[in-house]
Amino acid sequence: MDAAQALADLTEISSQIEAAVLFAADGSVLGSTGADDGAAAELARGAGELLEHASGLRDEGGTVTQVEASTPEGSVFVVRDGERGIVALTAPNPTVGLVFYDLKSCLRGAGGEEKPKRRRRAAKQEEGGDDAS
Amino acid sequence: MRRRLLGLAGFATGALAGTALYRRSLGRRRERLDVYFEDGTMVSFGEHSPEAERLLPVARRLLTVPRR
Repeated sequence: MDAAQALADLTEISSQIEAAVLFAADGSVLGSTGADDGAAAELARGAGELLEHASGLRDEGGTVTQVEASTPEGSVFVVRDGERGIVALTAPNPTVGLVFYDLKSCLRGAGGEEKPKRRRRAAKQEEGGDDAS
Repeated sequence: MRRRLLGLAGFATGALAGTALYRRSLGRRRERLDVYFEDGTMVSFGEHSPEAERLLPVARRLLTVPRR
């Protein structure tokens, strides 16, 4: 699956995500949805900034894999997986776990990995057979 | 009688004002920064922490980036 397809799947699955940009480790944009080229480049740059600053927030250091910044205007999510990352903007008060899950699925999809079978679980939950935990 | 009515009106006004303030404080969304590390740990910073003050401006800026 390529970046465009992974992003199309992401916006289809998650109505909470208003814009998302897939980017490489060097900050170049691999694909975007909900943002034009200029905005996508700015979001990718900002995501890199967030990851860079966040890695210095803990005394013992360590690689930052996810960041969520929540504000009254909305939330910014950044997920990094090896050489690529994704940044997404949502409206205020998103379902944090679900957004992270969808972003990680998108990253895996863009990397050519098979998507996890969330849809089947979600369908089961809708039928009332599964407890949401 | 008049004094009782005034007392009741004052009580009602106070109750309404208190309810409004309470609802306003509940409705106020706070800012927060959550950082997840590779080792599985997560650190959360509140809106007035120095760490959040460094990163939240970047997030606020990104949220103003025009979307389609």
